[in-house]
Amino acid sequence: MWSFSYIANEIHEWLSKTFNPTWTLIIEMVLAGVAVIGLFAVLGLILVIMERKVSAWIQIRLGPNRVGPKGMMQSMADTVKLMVKEGLTPTGADKIMFNVAPVIAMIVAMLLLAPIAFAKNFQLWDLNIGVLYVSCVSSLMVISILMAGWSSNNKYSLLGAMRSGAQIVSYELSAGLSILTIIVFTGDLQMSKIIASQKTGWWIFKGHIPALIAFITFLIAVTAETNRAPFDLAEAESELTAGFHTEYSGMKFALFFLAEYVNVFIVCAIGATLFLGGWMPFHISTWTGFNHVMDYIPSSIWFFGKTFFLIFVIMWFRWTFPRLRIDQLLNLEWKYLLPISMINLLVATLMAMMGWHF
Amino acid sequence: MFITRYIKEVWGAVKSLTTGMKRTLYYFTHHKEIITEQYPDNRDTLVLPDRFKGEVVMPHNESNEHRCTGCTACELACPNGTIKVITRFDITPEGKKKKAIDKLVYHLELCTMCGLCIEACPSDAIKMAQTFEHSVFDRNKLTKVLNNPDSKIMEGVE
Repeated sequence: MWSFSYIANEIHEWLSKTFNPTWTLIIEMVLAGVAVIGLFAVLGLILVIMERKVSAWIQIRLGPNRVGPKGMMQSMADTVKLMVKEGLTPTGADKIMFNVAPVIAMIVAMLLLAPIAFAKNFQLWDLNIGVLYVSCVSSLMVISILMAGWSSNNKYSLLGAMRSGAQIVSYELSAGLSILTIIVFTGDLQMSKIIASQKTGWWIFKGHIPALIAFITFLIAVTAETNRAPFDLAEAESELTAGFHTEYSGMKFALFFLAEYVNVFIVCAIGATLFLGGWMPFHISTWTGFNHVMDYIPSSIWFFGKTFFLIFVIMWFRWTFPRLRIDQLLNLEWKYLLPISMINLLVATLMAMMGWHF
Repeated sequence: MFITRYIKEVWGAVKSLTTGMKRTLYYFTHHKEIITEQYPDNRDTLVLPDRFKGEVVMPHNESNEHRCTGCTACELACPNGTIKVITRFDITPEGKKKKAIDKLVYHLELCTMCGLCIEACPSDAIKMAQTFEHSVFDRNKLTKVLNNPDSKIMEGVE
């Protein structure tokens, strides 16, 4: 089947014929960087318009409908607006930290993109501890938020940042435990091997109820980790004006905004990889004819379809549920999600040991 | 027991959250129910609800008669001095003096559309109109006289 990996291989072959290995590597790295930045720009444009349309339809509105056909160019217009606006640094702010914080948010998002498999054999870096790497680097997101909140020299920003810190520290736990459930089933941390283990069926089906509970826990925890409603206490417009990015304007604000959406994409991509099989087509173990038909759909379409489905679910959460109070937020994590996911992990371990999954 | 209550709580939470999500999914998939008014585009077909309050007007019938007796109840009811009733005394054919309005002055720029004047009016002389495009370049145009020139009070309204 057609796949992104053919393009990647052809570029690689042409480069290795034309240049020596060192230059090939350097050019490939530059190309990958450009591709990542391009992906970020496209993702920002698509996800902003998607969010606005989804929210409008959920709230029985029309959403943006003036710029371009059906308002689909709205996010382009927004981007132009944000680029020409002045990026102000307040006088009282810690200048270096204030300006570095949005860049760190983007760097973390870029680092997280490395081990994600976008299509069959199409991956930036298939390191053997892929999942561990992702769960470690994703906790760095909080650093940019804390930096922004602290350096703004504004009480709203600081309160927002501190809330965000408490929130991410708590929800990392249940996100990690729900990821561990799948690791227990597969017995491997490498992304490509996790995807390969789902050839006969996705883990959400193969892992019975423990995988389903882990999936739900994962969705709740990553919604909290990306600071999106109903867990958007770090921003909380009605209480903290805009939380940690109150003082940001222009392109610096745009970087935070973009980082939020890219993080949503990344956590959804990881969720799709772990629970829904990544680029693996929908296979039912013994129906070879059916599996063969499913194989005809390109692997990148499977991956992006699953990821965008999860993104839709997270948007659906955002526009349905009211925001939690800080004590309710911590209660939900420490009294409900954490015990449930621990017991769930135990059950999953027992199942994996006895070989009860398919 | 503690554990049964715990499970019940979790179950109840999951159930109520799915109920909410089902509702929003219904809205998401049924675009016909859109409540947004496409205002400048649908100006010709715009239908406003009956309870919409645009401005205070005084209806007149075809022989230029209104129902206002000049009792000033609306002026007293108005919380911010929007209405000013200027009265005069007419001489009836029997030679009696009778109170009537000369002008009912209405300051649209002060009006908050609370509708207390309409509720206070004992003879239903004023009502809320559904016009809402009130912007003008001259502030004086917002001070309106509600009764038509040479209008009389309707027969039988006391």
